Amino acid sequence: MRFSVGVHGLRARMSRRSFLKGTSAATAGLAALETALTPAGAAAADDPQVFGPEPVSITLRVNGAARTVAVEPCATLAEVLRGPLNLTGTKIACNRGSCSACTVLLDGVPVASCSMLALDVGERAITTIEGLANGDVLHPVQAAFIEHDALQCGFCTPGMVLSSAALLERNPQPTAEDVKAAISGHVCRCGTYPHVVDAVLAAAQARRG
Amino acid sequence: MATGSQDSPRHEKFVTGIVGVGLSDVERTVPADEAPPLAPNAQLSQIGKPTPRWNGRAKVTGAVRFTADIALPGMLHGRFLRSPLPHARIRAVDTSAAERHPGVRAVLVLLGPNGAGGATSVSAEEDVEATRRNEQPIALYAGAAVAAVAAISEQAADEAVRLIKVQYEPLPFVVDMDDARAAGAPVVYETLDVQPGFGASGLVSPGLTLKGNVRGPAGDARGDVAAGLVAAEVVVEGEYRTQVQTHCCLEPHGIVADWRADGLTVHISTQFTAGVRAELARAFGLPLGRVRVIAEAIGGGFGSKSQLGYYGHAAVALSRKAQAPVRLVLERHEEQVDSGYRPATWQRLRIGAARDGTLAAMSLLSYGTAGTAIGAGVGNIAQRMYTCANFDESHYDVFINAGPGCAMRGPGNVPGAFALEQAIDELAEKLGIDPVALRDRIDASPVRREERRIGAERMGWSTRHPAGAETGTIKTGLGMAQSLWGANVQVNSACEVRVLRDGSVEVRSSVQDIGTGTGTIIAQVVAEEFGLRAEDIVIRIGDTDFPAGAPSSGSRTAASMTPPARNAAYQVCRQLFALVAPALGTTADDLQARDGRIVSRRDPARAMTFHDAAASMRTGQIAVVASRGEDYAGFRGRRGDMGFALNDLGGVQFAAVSVDTETGLVRVKRVVAVHDCGRPINPAQIESQVQGGILQGLGYALLEERVFDRQTGLIVNADLEQYKLPGALEVPAIEVHLIENYQGFSATDVYGIAEPSNIATAPAIANAIYNALGLRLRTLPMNRAAILTALAAGKN
Ligand code: FES
Ligand code: FES
Repeated sequence: MRFSVGVHGLRARMSRRSFLKGTSAATAGLAALETALTPAGAAAADDPQVFGPEPVSITLRVNGAARTVAVEPCATLAEVLRGPLNLTGTKIACNRGSCSACTVLLDGVPVASCSMLALDVGERAITTIEGLANGDVLHPVQAAFIEHDALQCGFCTPGMVLSSAALLERNPQPTAEDVKAAISGHVCRCGTYPHVVDAVLAAAQARRG
Repeated sequence: MATGSQDSPRHEKFVTGIVGVGLSDVERTVPADEAPPLAPNAQLSQIGKPTPRWNGRAKVTGAVRFTADIALPGMLHGRFLRSPLPHARIRAVDTSAAERHPGVRAVLVLLGPNGAGGATSVSAEEDVEATRRNEQPIALYAGAAVAAVAAISEQAADEAVRLIKVQYEPLPFVVDMDDARAAGAPVVYETLDVQPGFGASGLVSPGLTLKGNVRGPAGDARGDVAAGLVAAEVVVEGEYRTQVQTHCCLEPHGIVADWRADGLTVHISTQFTAGVRAELARAFGLPLGRVRVIAEAIGGGFGSKSQLGYYGHAAVALSRKAQAPVRLVLERHEEQVDSGYRPATWQRLRIGAARDGTLAAMSLLSYGTAGTAIGAGVGNIAQRMYTCANFDESHYDVFINAGPGCAMRGPGNVPGAFALEQAIDELAEKLGIDPVALRDRIDASPVRREERRIGAERMGWSTRHPAGAETGTIKTGLGMAQSLWGANVQVNSACEVRVLRDGSVEVRSSVQDIGTGTGTIIAQVVAEEFGLRAEDIVIRIGDTDFPAGAPSSGSRTAASMTPPARNAAYQVCRQLFALVAPALGTTADDLQARDGRIVSRRDPARAMTFHDAAASMRTGQIAVVASRGEDYAGFRGRRGDMGFALNDLGGVQFAAVSVDTETGLVRVKRVVAVHDCGRPINPAQIESQVQGGILQGLGYALLEERVFDRQTGLIVNADLEQYKLPGALEVPAIEVHLIENYQGFSATDVYGIAEPSNIATAPAIANAIYNALGLRLRTLPMNRAAILTALAAGKN
């Protein structure tokens, strides 16, 4: 059987089942998932292709460049960015989707990269914090974060900046409430939220000129 | 003006007092090599300005490197095996299968008959554990590290950990403080050998009695409390409970340890590079000079990253054993289970007063638990905030089978304030005196008096209605509370300032910036002295290759680092002036540095640019190391390198809340925070830090709570989903007002802000809830369940 969820770009070559089959030996959690997803007695014979546990070669579009990397099928996007791609600006704070520190943009949409498999990214363009500025020219949100002191320790900052930048793309004139809603999934233990709101409103203003 | 020769101390006149209230001159003796008095901020160009953060660009572009971002060639990955049981004797640990795993390079048993013992830290809380571990291998809490592995990948390390076989003999356990106090409760420690030191909430006294799980009492007394209570016309008494709050630093604890034949280099997320260096040297028998500790960026600490810790020790031991660098970063679950927390407390506070509000007596009994650690006290806020001749307190530590607590932002005084400031509010109500007016009578601090005045005005305090006066479903209320914290100083904190021949200025110190902006304020102070801009100063900190700086704890970093930074810059300037004075046809004493130039005071036409002056140096640099001395007016106490300044840090916070009486939801609408930190250097960063303190206080008040399952001894919310932190939607409108308070105590007159900003928030919210409902909530957190329960009970 074939699942239509998720695996952009690889859909033609693999099914969720084959992927899971390939990784279940190494990952107990996925083994349980496989059981859950596979109806009892379902034949696996319709798709003989198995991925993993050996690394699979994939090409990711990261910050405007095509980067080909060998990834283990169970590797999360955050792991691949931080590891082989050496883009350590993406932070891991909870590694399970509850803090948004690991936020990156996929085709401009914020996602928690700790909770997504690198294999699932497919053709979508990835923007990490390293790719937000235009060369030496900071994105207006980055400049406003500095100007309004919207960062303290800075660990939540890359994710906050990316979600804020995405907000301004979809809503160039946000209210303070819009900004709060856009960053409501981000945990900042230093308590930068008030200055983040100030900064994003100022950045919106600056972009409008 | 300065008097006396170059080498003997000078007598200098300082402008002192609260700006806006009244300033006067005070004479102080200043060491010969320290800079002259600094003018009030209004007359300065860099100090007192909201200069952008020194590392802001690196942080918003992702360029800054935290510990987990460091990857060294051949680096291994460390991982712990942790006890699944809350209390167990470890009969055997079999690591053979793990050692055979092809990816494994080193395995260490930390806790077992064949173990080396995991803890070597010098803190009081960890000494307790070390003693225990050496005597008999017992896991004292679920999550205690039993073994550690270093392997070629995180995955391999995870696999190897699962291959370690441990034989546990389960022992009876207790994870609740009340249960632990009961007769016949399972005992955590049979005996204890406690050394004096800093515990979870302050100083720890040796030699107290241990009975069952209860150790104490520690205490203090003055006057005659019994007589005072008899004489009192009004008495209030209440029992208060505060919960465990975890630090939740967004960056987990982590270390990269690189053990080499010629020395050890460690990258670690720490609040004290120089302290960790000393711990490592002691623990591993290395000379200080062979140990280098680097912390480029630290993702929050809040008290939990002040020491090397068991994890740091284990990583270094793994690196030594594997002969390769080892990176060990805790996962969030490990953070919540075994990286420290603010202890839970129970307090009974009794206050007696005369009709006019004069305090007659105060008596405080408290129990606190820091799990397996000691020092879960309630601080010194009741003892010191208000004038009261008769005072006594007794504190007991209670041990439970939970990981060790440790200092957390405002340790002791945060739970202490929750009780004290509600009791004072209650007393005011009973006396029929406004809470602000009552404090004007019993609080001797002129700083807090001014803070109350400003705060009351900004909050619209005069519109406050009587408690529970509103009739609707959603009721609003106003409350206020005060903060008290010591103005602490780390004596001997050092930094080096150097001017290079091209006019570059560098500052070098091991001091770290944990997100407070230490680097920025150092740059501002140095720039002020050189007549440059803060962004012209190159900041090199967080590396013990540089002079040993202060810890980022106890709100003492700014007070400890800005004076030596200014004094070193001052001395470099003096040398530069002496060098160029002949060329300018004047003397060094006549020169000053301003706007990028060195200028004669007498004849401003005699001037050269700072760059030209630097270019005339014969050597490649002029460099001076300066270190922090005592405050000019002395200290009220001192312990090792820590000095306690004569002043206290205050802060008054006002909160406006609404309470939905159908759902129990409390919304904090507005907080007005008025604070002092001596001379403010960077108002933007101070505002950020105060906002952070308030939001941590708001989480403590309404949301955060570590929950144990008493049947299994496990924490059920060791994560960031069920352990609720405030998010953007919970944030009230926060207004921060800063008092400029000059005392002429040091070359900069700067003191801290981190902890004072965190102390008053929870009681201010509690008092506002009381004002809304007419019901007093004496237990934290004041979440929906607590509010609905209180409403159902309908009484105090
Ligand atoms: S690290 Fe991905 S959501 Fe927390
Ligand atoms: S700035 Fe430290 S967690 Fe947000």
